[in-house]
Amino acid sequence: MTGLEQYDLVIIGAGPAGMAAAREAGEAGLNTLILDEQPRAGGQIYRNIGRPILRDRSILGNDYYVGESLLAGLTHSLVTHIVNATVWEVTADNTLYYSAEGVSRQVRFKKLLLATGAQERPVPFDGWTLPGVMTCGAAQILLKSSGLTPAEPLVIAGSGPLLLLIACQLIRTDARIEAIVDTTPACNYGQAFKEIGGAIKGWRYLLKGMRMLNEVRRSGVKYYKSATELRAEPGGDGNLASVSFRKGNILHQLDCKTLLVHQGVVPNTQLGRAIGLEHQWDEVQQCWKPTLSENGCSSHPDIFIAGDSAGIGGAMVAEIQGRLVARWIVHQLGGTERRDPGIDSLRKELIDQLAIRPFLDHLYRPLDMFLKPQGETIVCRCEEVSAAEIRGLVKQGCIGPNQTKAFCRSGMGPCQGRQCGATVTTLLADELGKSPVEVGYYNIRFPIKPVSLGELAGLNQTRSVKAQTDQTTARN
Amino acid sequence: MAADLSFNRLPCNERAEIEITVEGQTVIALEGETVAAAVMYAGLRPTRTTPVSGSGRAPYCMMGVCFECLMNIDGKPNTQACMTEVHKGMVISVQQGAREVGGDSI
Ligand SMILES: Cc1cc2nc3c(=O)[nH]c(=O)nc-3n(C[C@H](O)[C@H](O)[C@H](O)COP(=O)(O)OP(=O)(O)OC[C@H]3O[C@@H](n4cnc5c(N)ncnc54)[C@H](O)[C@@H]3O)c2cc1C
Ligand code: FES
Repeated sequence: MTGLEQYDLVIIGAGPAGMAAAREAGEAGLNTLILDEQPRAGGQIYRNIGRPILRDRSILGNDYYVGESLLAGLTHSLVTHIVNATVWEVTADNTLYYSAEGVSRQVRFKKLLLATGAQERPVPFDGWTLPGVMTCGAAQILLKSSGLTPAEPLVIAGSGPLLLLIACQLIRTDARIEAIVDTTPACNYGQAFKEIGGAIKGWRYLLKGMRMLNEVRRSGVKYYKSATELRAEPGGDGNLASVSFRKGNILHQLDCKTLLVHQGVVPNTQLGRAIGLEHQWDEVQQCWKPTLSENGCSSHPDIFIAGDSAGIGGAMVAEIQGRLVARWIVHQLGGTERRDPGIDSLRKELIDQLAIRPFLDHLYRPLDMFLKPQGETIVCRCEEVSAAEIRGLVKQGCIGPNQTKAFCRSGMGPCQGRQCGATVTTLLADELGKSPVEVGYYNIRFPIKPVSLGELAGLNQTRSVKAQTDQTTARN
Repeated sequence: MAADLSFNRLPCNERAEIEITVEGQTVIALEGETVAAAVMYAGLRPTRTTPVSGSGRAPYCMMGVCFECLMNIDGKPNTQACMTEVHKGMVISVQQGAREVGGDSI
């Protein structure tokens, strides 16, 4: 392929990892392209940071507004930032395809950095598909980009530091929160305590957590600890009407119009999967993550991963990893023997920032009801496939996630398994008495986001023919 | 659309107001926000029904990963409302059923 635009480095994702990497790369003289499917840079934590919408800055707090400083990395003359650009395919010959404003384009790269972040862990429970149930992250996105708070009465249910943060942010807006239903299993506290050494090293995060808990307490919002048996119920109109849960021996039921749920975040691996990069199962975090070298290199020598898509570490870790990987790439492309001493100090910073993780990962490991759902709980939202159906397939001889597609269409809907993939693997592993690694994951095919045939026609002929053939194979 | 399902707007920095049409009714949205945000502000619920059982759904993740926010936007079915910005005169309606994502999409 000739005549195509070529960059030294292409970065996918303009969150803290991508923005920090872009700055390092630009300053070191690399011709850099950064693509993001959002209309503005920032990623999830700093969403919309270039144009904050809330008049009252105390609602989102300083941890949000510090993101403003990262935007400078995108203004370097060697850095091109394209917004509304969804990357839908990367091929092994260092070519990338993206779609922006209804037009698809291809570019070539010497090195590629995936900084595609995390998604919230899908949390199947009875009623999670009802209109009115949404994730805590979704509510936060509405707050950061539209200044909106959810329809009331409002209940927040789940587990994790992000749940506490969003609860605090909503409390500061004076939204009326009926209750916070904390599903963190009681037995997790003992497990987490074994990791207290790391927690003490990461005392700043610990302090932040305690401040948030205090803020919730002071607000007077009802707080139910160690709740189980979460369930959402519809009203006559089919929309969410109430939520129920068990706390000790008592079954509670609360009327609500919005239920915000959360069980932590997991790496967004969709693109890496489709490329065919190697992944591994993280038993503590109960999720897949890419297999990487200490410099963030994946199983493809020219493809690197940083930030939450490399494994959950949070915004500070994402920023440091972005810088570290970019410096390594600069070193590689420069072909110099001499090591960049900056890389070693970044690595030390990274170790400090990650010290708290084992504590957090043990503390916030979700209840089994969310990881291994039973009965009629829907697992695949798109095709409405239940946990019982997936479990039952094992008796019919199904041994892996890709076979479930043929048996019951799970993972065949528009989300391409983003909401059911990990659960299907876990359920099959449970029924077969195998590990998730032995069971494996769905094969993810390109394009990872729908692309219209009209758009493909604009690309070169061989490309569009190949995509259609691939798709036909996927459907068969 | 129901007033009691409307999301509440907090005091915001200066943004132009845009008129759009949601299910045949005129609704005010803010420039730069997504269709999903605008219809939730309007109190629209559900925003689509599923092709399998016809049950109602509404935006769930707001970041492009769940595809629950698929709606008819300016005559185009199966469009992700949480990934589409509003523009003046936009016409939006609830999506009933429809399994394939975009008639001419792959
Ligand atoms: C909804 C949500 C809200 C969160 N809020 C907070 C918070 O308030 N505080 C906090 O500490 N942590 C928060 N987190 C955790 C968060 O993931 C990290 O703190 C931080 O944002 C990670 O940075 P990152 O650079 O790795 O990825 P992100 O910030 O997630 O950035 C990834 C970027 O990649 C883009 N992208 C992904 N795939 C593609 C593609 N195929 N083509 C083009 N672009 C693509 C996305 O649009 C996104 O902008 C949140 C996570 C989620 C999922
Ligand atoms: S709300 Fe999940 S994709 Fe739009």
